[in-house]
Amino acid sequence: MSDDAATTGKPLFTPFNVIAGIIVVLGLIVTVLRFTAGLDAVTNLSDYNPWGIWIGFDLLVGVALAAGGFVTSAAVYLFGMKKYHSAVRPAILTGFLGYALVVIALNYDVGRPWRLPYPFIIQQGTTSLLFEVAACVALYLTVLFVEFSPAAMEWLGLKRARKLVVRLTILLTIFGVVLSTLHQSSLGALFLIAPAKLHPLWYSPYIPVFFFISAIIAGLSMVIFESTLSHRFFADKMDEAHLKEKDTVALGFGKAASLVLAGYFIIKVIGISESNNWHLLPTNYGLWFLVELLGFIALPSFLYAVGVRDKNIKLIKWTAAWTVLGIAINRLNISLIAFNWHLPASERYFPHWMEIVITVFLVTLGILAFRFIVTRMPILYSHPDYEDH
Amino acid sequence: MDGAIHTLQEYMLHTESITYILIVGALLGITFFWLFLSQRDDDEE
Repeated sequence: MSDDAATTGKPLFTPFNVIAGIIVVLGLIVTVLRFTAGLDAVTNLSDYNPWGIWIGFDLLVGVALAAGGFVTSAAVYLFGMKKYHSAVRPAILTGFLGYALVVIALNYDVGRPWRLPYPFIIQQGTTSLLFEVAACVALYLTVLFVEFSPAAMEWLGLKRARKLVVRLTILLTIFGVVLSTLHQSSLGALFLIAPAKLHPLWYSPYIPVFFFISAIIAGLSMVIFESTLSHRFFADKMDEAHLKEKDTVALGFGKAASLVLAGYFIIKVIGISESNNWHLLPTNYGLWFLVELLGFIALPSFLYAVGVRDKNIKLIKWTAAWTVLGIAINRLNISLIAFNWHLPASERYFPHWMEIVITVFLVTLGILAFRFIVTRMPILYSHPDYEDH
Repeated sequence: MDGAIHTLQEYMLHTESITYILIVGALLGITFFWLFLSQRDDDEE
């Protein structure tokens, strides 16, 4: 578990490093193109489709999957579920990196990224949902950074600073829950402005509620999924407590995810009923909607329940990965696939290959940053010199 | 009654009627689902 022992003596040219290196080089080349030649040179965005995968995947999926931070810290610090304590730091780190990458992705997507701070200093536009999202994401990224900082301070030996930050834990957790509730739902509310563009099966006046509840599901599932990957690749970094609690976390979070998924399924069905959209189900879009509703909401809810009843950790882990995929598909359906559904095929959006390169580049940066941090800082183990907080 | 909806009143009656039935079904369903989900918790305790 000592930092250096873990990072030295390993070959540099592993398959992972080589692939990651190629992606990073490609990403940097496209980055130069994006910021020298503009959006038109590297994207298929248009006036019809101003939001592509940098918003649909990097932002909407990224923010949803980063919800594990507030879900886990609320469970542990607000609801007193101390048995999940070992999941807090990895969840906060995943959330922090997720939000950081969202903000980096926004710098690619916004035509004039140097104007990103304008809502705060030039014109607030307080009636705008985008302003609310911008404010919450900026504040929450700061909160996540502060929540993550004790691990970095333990690594750097900054005892007094750590003591100060640890005292703020409850306050930061409350901030995190409030800010997440606001912007997770507001990201869905952004689509309220486009009832004619979004397919009626996905459009609903309740879309902010759908986004918030599905973000909780994404957060719970992502914690299980991330924990599975961490155990696969960083088991040597874990202490006894983390190894012992991993099944407890999977069972507890799996049970919560199962129940929230069941509730989400119910309100989605009620959404169809309220909008009287039953007649749209036997269409092509309707069948795709049913795949999402039954295959990625009802099915994982049931599988989680079976996994929890039978204490089948393997089933819970696979279900978590399936659910994460389902949430990603939901966000892509709303922002891209079922968006502008009435347009002729020639006007529909499909990402430019360079857009995909940037997305893969950003995900790779996240994985590299995660690896860098967990191999050095006390994320998957407790630092012997400090008490848990 | 040919099943067609002509007024807002008819539309609301139609959608709300179905929704209310669904909600009752959902409340019963979630109760049984909760029992299914937590049935074996007691065994541990």
